[in-house]
Amino acid sequence: MALDFDVFAILLLLAPFPAALLAPLIARETGAAAGWILAIVPAGLFLMLGAMLPSVASGKPVLLALDWVPALDVRLGFAVDGLSLLFALVITGVGAIVLVYADAYFRDHPQRGRFLALMLAFIGAMLGLVLADGLVALFTFWELTAVISFLLIGFDHERPAARRAATQALIVTGLGGLSLMAGGVLLRLVTQTWDLSAMGGFAGALPFSPAYPWIVGFLVVTAFTKSAQLPFHFWLPRAMEAPTPVSAYLHAAAMVQAGIYLLARLSPLLSGTPLWQALLCGLGGATLLWGAVRALAQTDLKQLLAQTTVAALGLMVFLLGIGGPSAAMAVAAVFIAHALYKAGLFLLTGIIDKQTGTRDITALGGLRDHLTITFIAVALAGLSMLGVPPFMGWFGKELGYSGFATTGWSIGLLAILVIGNALLGASALALVIRPFMGPPKPGLDRARDPSFAFWIGPVLLGLAGFVVVFALTPFGDAMLAPAAAAIAGRPVSQHLELAANPLALAFWLSIASWALAGLVYWQLDSIREMLRLLEQRFSWSMDKGLDALLSGLIRLGAALSRLLQHGRLETYLATIVGILALSVLGALWRVSAWPALRSGALSGPSLPEWGTLVLAVVGIGMVVLARSRLAAIFALGVQGLALALIFLVLGAPDLSLTQLIVEVLTVAILALIMIRLDLAPLDRRPPLSVGRDAVIAVVAAGGVTLLLMRVLAAPFNARLSDFFEANSAALAHGRNIVNVILVDFRGLDTLGEITVVFAAAIAAVALLRPSRTIAPVPAAAADAPTPQEVAP
Amino acid sequence: MSTLIFRSMAPVLGVALMVVSLLVLLGGHNAPGGGFAGGLIAAAAAIVYAMARGSEAVRRLLRIEPLGIAGVGGLIAVLSGLSGPATGRPFLTGLWLPIGVFGTPGLFDIGIYLVVFGAVTGLALALEADGEGAS
Repeated sequence: MALDFDVFAILLLLAPFPAALLAPLIARETGAAAGWILAIVPAGLFLMLGAMLPSVASGKPVLLALDWVPALDVRLGFAVDGLSLLFALVITGVGAIVLVYADAYFRDHPQRGRFLALMLAFIGAMLGLVLADGLVALFTFWELTAVISFLLIGFDHERPAARRAATQALIVTGLGGLSLMAGGVLLRLVTQTWDLSAMGGFAGALPFSPAYPWIVGFLVVTAFTKSAQLPFHFWLPRAMEAPTPVSAYLHAAAMVQAGIYLLARLSPLLSGTPLWQALLCGLGGATLLWGAVRALAQTDLKQLLAQTTVAALGLMVFLLGIGGPSAAMAVAAVFIAHALYKAGLFLLTGIIDKQTGTRDITALGGLRDHLTITFIAVALAGLSMLGVPPFMGWFGKELGYSGFATTGWSIGLLAILVIGNALLGASALALVIRPFMGPPKPGLDRARDPSFAFWIGPVLLGLAGFVVVFALTPFGDAMLAPAAAAIAGRPVSQHLELAANPLALAFWLSIASWALAGLVYWQLDSIREMLRLLEQRFSWSMDKGLDALLSGLIRLGAALSRLLQHGRLETYLATIVGILALSVLGALWRVSAWPALRSGALSGPSLPEWGTLVLAVVGIGMVVLARSRLAAIFALGVQGLALALIFLVLGAPDLSLTQLIVEVLTVAILALIMIRLDLAPLDRRPPLSVGRDAVIAVVAAGGVTLLLMRVLAAPFNARLSDFFEANSAALAHGRNIVNVILVDFRGLDTLGEITVVFAAAIAAVALLRPSRTIAPVPAAAADAPTPQEVAP
Repeated sequence: MSTLIFRSMAPVLGVALMVVSLLVLLGGHNAPGGGFAGGLIAAAAAIVYAMARGSEAVRRLLRIEPLGIAGVGGLIAVLSGLSGPATGRPFLTGLWLPIGVFGTPGLFDIGIYLVVFGAVTGLALALEADGEGAS
């Protein structure tokens, strides 16, 4: 019974995938209601996961597992503990809201169904990622999110900028995927298990493993690529080419959080070492400041949000680096606060863009009377971002400051945190005040609040960041503390409190951040101008660096292809035959295995054998001496027929039959190729080239002859032929041993061979198709073909 | 290549080659021959016909794209191999009717025949078709 429940629950958690398959149909049939209908899936999962809260909060994680690849000890397991539950609730909750919004956003888009399908599939992949217990399942879902995000970012695939952003995101996060595989395999080697839930016992021992630095290195690269940390931060602002609902979901609440999730999940195993702290605090802190400063330079609302997302992700990485219960609580609080306010702000930016036609913050102003609901929602999200009590953002900030108690109040790290929070606060002020306050800008008079489906989501998200204050203790104990316990690796008994303590340092640090935020906002325009100038001074960026790297790779590939695949058939053949000669003679020389050339070592040929040998030599002689190409091809056929005859004489009728037909077909196909290539009928080449080829041919033939003589000198081992002879009719009901071997005893080999035949034919036919899209290479265009074959 | 004699004889030759190819295929288990040789002979039949009357004529006769025939052949070969796992034995285990005249290896051989025939014919027709296009 227990297993049945597991199967049922796992199938239920994978429900977004079948829903994605149905989405285009539902979108077509139900019209405007599609978003609401499809949102039932993530909303239902949200409720189902929510029902697990009490059990998880009491310290009993829910484990579900199915055998997947039992031979490799791989299971498809889902583990629901505090951390994965927190992420899963955000993924499903925000997912449902974004689906409703996206349906309204794409109301008249011809590919609305495709978009909804991709979004649902992404929800499924993301949910699988945070719930997966096994590393193999985690990796699979990880890569799935990368592929689906590629499709989502490039949704408007007719725009080059969208395609480029999608490719760039795929390359950067794909690098992270490879890195995850390497790190995961190393983890498996050290811990002897794929299951994350079973790795807990190694928590103290892993840092002493020689593989530890490699594991940390690979997994940090994985997390940093996904979560856009320095030096992989550049893809996220680029990815703003995606439609707004995608940005709201992938780039605020879901995909970019996967890296945070990975680091948080593994932090009990890996944290606490100087390496971990240096990487996470150093680069996370740098990313926090970098993103927060860059955000101030942006005038495009979406770019501004993207840069603050980079900064907020840096903040979480930074807090993970610090470690300890308070910092773990802070990570959980910042994660949920950020997911709520940032997803809301992205959606609201989409509304502003739709209703006013611009996202430029300098062109917006005085919208509070026109977009009243939007303004209220922006204000709710912005206050949380600024960290004003009692909004969720405030708890994140406060917990972060008190987390420094464990580090002995390192001044440098503390300064990073205060400045980062202050700069994010300044961006929040800009987001709330600039578009809505002040005198109305021209051209915005007719902007109105959009329909219900648009604004309900952002308003809900804004309220969610606020209503927790009414259930502060249960919320903290049921959601944040279990997640923090999973991050810290030990029970966390910290409670959320709203009371401000004027004696605590954290209180004054909050005041300082607000003051600094206000100061920066006051000077925002001049700071932006200064940053613009600086940006123009330094033209190089990782973004351009990657472009240069990629175009360099393509040029290198082209150069290598030109070098190796030059298209000169003679040189190909000379290379192949020459290497054959070298390897055969070299091998014989290495082992000094020259065959003994005794007279009479080979028994004298019989008369029929002599006859066929003469025929073969005559055929070869004709090939060499033939003046016209067509004659040479037919002469080659003569030589091939002689070979077939030799097989027949030596008692291999099957081989002989096949050889015969192959020769006939070779001549026919070669003749067809000759007609098609439209070569001159006569083949004139300089004597030097003929001589070179003759030398290569003779040396290779000599080498093969010596090899064969050497092989024949060894006594013949008849075990296999005896076996086949004895069992062909008995086991396989056939008297033709060759055929029985082909179709029965060695059937798998044959299956491989016909696969090769099939693939080769597909490739050849594809090459022969008259090309429509690829322009002919100049060389081929130069000698335009003249009509040759006149078919009836 | 398209003389009157050749054009008139090509269908006869083609049919004869086709019959031979089937004999070679079906007799292959006990006498020289089998799917490979049979498929090649059948391809020769198609090529003879294509040389005489053009590749379009062959395509009309076949009705199915040659590469499609090859694909069906591959499918037959794989399915005949899957009859093993379907009955709880390893992949490609030969299963025989009780009297032992026909079994899954025979089916496998038919798959080989179709792959070889389809692949070689597809290649030859593509070459021939281009010669036509130039005229």
